[in-house]
Amino acid sequence: MREVSVERITEAVRRLSVEANTRLGDDVVAAFERFREGEQSPTGRDVLAQLLENARIARDEGLPLCQDTGFAVVFVDLGQDVHLVGGDLYEAVNEGVRQGYREGYLRKSIVADPLRRKNTGDNTPAVVHVRLVPGDRVRITFAPKGGGSENMSGIAMLKPADGVEGVKRFVIDRVRQAGPNPCPPTIVGVGIGGTFEIAALLAKRALLRPVGDRNPDPFYGDLEEELLAEVNRLGIGPAGLGGTTTSLDVHIEVHPCHIASLPVAVNIQCHSARHKEVEL
Amino acid sequence: MIRLTPPLSDADVERLRAGDQVLLSGFVYTARDAAHARLVELIEKGEPLPFDLEGQIIYFVGPTPAPPGRPIGSAGPTTSYRMDPYSPVLVAHGLKGMIGKGKRSDEVKEALRRHKAVYFGAVGGAAALISKRILSAEIVAYEDLGPEAIRRLEVKDFPVVVVNDAHGGDLYEEGRKRYALEG
Repeated sequence: MREVSVERITEAVRRLSVEANTRLGDDVVAAFERFREGEQSPTGRDVLAQLLENARIARDEGLPLCQDTGFAVVFVDLGQDVHLVGGDLYEAVNEGVRQGYREGYLRKSIVADPLRRKNTGDNTPAVVHVRLVPGDRVRITFAPKGGGSENMSGIAMLKPADGVEGVKRFVIDRVRQAGPNPCPPTIVGVGIGGTFEIAALLAKRALLRPVGDRNPDPFYGDLEEELLAEVNRLGIGPAGLGGTTTSLDVHIEVHPCHIASLPVAVNIQCHSARHKEVEL
Repeated sequence: MIRLTPPLSDADVERLRAGDQVLLSGFVYTARDAAHARLVELIEKGEPLPFDLEGQIIYFVGPTPAPPGRPIGSAGPTTSYRMDPYSPVLVAHGLKGMIGKGKRSDEVKEALRRHKAVYFGAVGGAAALISKRILSAEIVAYEDLGPEAIRRLEVKDFPVVVVNDAHGGDLYEEGRKRYALEG
């Protein structure tokens, strides 16, 4: 049994919250460049150039990429041979968020209650997803999630008879209805199968995969390519001002399913597709 | 490129058309969800507002805190449809412009036509870049709302595009139709 102090988790979350919010991943930057070349709309190309410039300024000057520095969503893959010592894991994560959002001059966007809506002032609590995995390591992925794109997400409990065509229709409709709202070009996370809540979590995990990576199952990899081509025919374009780059990628994650069910969830990620991870 | 400085007149608004690129200089006010709810509540009660709306522009933004040595943190537009329930009331009380991102309701578009006002789009997420066009920021009301407080921003050459004009034009609709492919 390997011991890991929760203080190390606090420190990692503190650092990741600042890094994730100020440094866009190389995969997203490369996608901006790749799509800019093929973008048919001059305005669309100009918007993509502005997003590249924004990412450069954020990195060089340590400024947040977006003013919405998000809900702190933290994925913890906890090795089953790890013994966490020195305190409560969830409190350790929240303390890291508290420190990171204060020291990084990041926006505090969380209200303590959904209807009474008083800001907690420190961007806590985080949303923490813990998964027990083999081994003696702790992998922490920090993925700040903005409200504007999250609000354009959706879930449908389809009938098994709806099949792949039903899934395609739902995904494309979600992107069409979202239109300019979620800051296109977006990344579309799709979760298919499992139960109501598993589908949503799959869709969120799908956003963690690098832009350009395909699902290793060719059936789903091909479906990702097909959906990406379809959503980019909608005409929404960068910033919604018209164009051929509505999404940078579509990622699908799947899970076994009940004979009566076909849940499908779409989690839309804006172009500020931020996530950073560390292994302790 | 059109240059404008608020307060805007009816004539300023009437010459704007969807798709026009505009550089704003001077002062604009920030407000988002919670601040809008308070402004409309004051109007409904017949009480005075914390600033005079006449001819002004509201930027839908909740900036990040200003790091040392900067007037403001990152400051890109937030999604506008959440302000749709409030905007027609503010437009009827003199507001001439709004800056945000994303679609507006039919009620808002109708209010823009009836009261001669305009909805501008800024590039969502380009918040570090946009912050370079903001020279100063001062809180004028609702400090308790934190990022949602109303601020007065001094901007210089702040780039926006006309999305919904006072004549029914809608850049999102026109842009989408132009690039949509059959299939």
